[in-house]
Amino acid sequence: MNLLKWYRPTTTEWTSFGRLTELQSEIERLFDAPLTELTRSSRLLSGWTPALDVYENQDRYIVKAELPGLKKEAIEASLQNDTLTISGERKNESAPKDAATHRSERFFGRFQRTVTLPVPVAADQVVASYQDGILTVTLPKTEAAKPKRIDVAAN
Amino acid sequence: MKTLNQTEASTADTENYLTPDVNIYETKDGYVLEAELPGVTKDGLEITVADQKLSIIGRTVATATPGEVLFRERSAANYRRRFGLDPAIDTARITARLDQGVLFLTLPKSEAVKPRQIAVSE
Repeated sequence: MNLLKWYRPTTTEWTSFGRLTELQSEIERLFDAPLTELTRSSRLLSGWTPALDVYENQDRYIVKAELPGLKKEAIEASLQNDTLTISGERKNESAPKDAATHRSERFFGRFQRTVTLPVPVAADQVVASYQDGILTVTLPKTEAAKPKRIDVAAN
Repeated sequence: MKTLNQTEASTADTENYLTPDVNIYETKDGYVLEAELPGVTKDGLEITVADQKLSIIGRTVATATPGEVLFRERSAANYRRRFGLDPAIDTARITARLDQGVLFLTLPKSEAVKPRQIAVSE
């Protein structure tokens, strides 16, 4: 899998270390919070990088991306070979006219995310849906890529 | 005039919340607050106004992961953010709308504080 965004590796929790664990979590809290904020919205460097999950089960991949406040028509999803690209543009159309802006944290503009899938998918069966600001793309694996059960014959 | 201000996060809370990104606009009629709450449905939304404070809590629906996780950036945590309210806001007339993961709150100012043109008699 080839993904562009850096992400924090998950850590294993050690419950038996008592105070040491507390210290560890305190250190993590101190370092983690600003860092998470920074990676979640590293807009200064790269515009908008919508958060994205990739799941796999026996017969398909499921990609979920957080894209709040878009129009369905403004989202483009395309598949080229084994590479899924989600892109689009969020426009600021809701801001009232003649208004003073007190806070402006939402990002408006273009975004793009790319996911390279480990095995080929059936391009003609890919389905995308958009609900509650979450885009879900379901990509069925090709028959050749699905795991096969091999019966063991006994003589 | 006092505007919508973010209030101090309570340290007594143990649950970790995500802070939603917001835009806040002010017009002569009132304020508009937009908050990004992807994955939150109408049922998971809790908006309360008390003591000139506005609290927004958005709960995401915990669904079973549809398979093995290959890559995860999204957080399962709920959203929360609190704001101090301009006393000019007529809290009884606050309205909310949720559209594709974005909450739109309209906070009208009470009629008494709106600028009013006074006609001068001859």
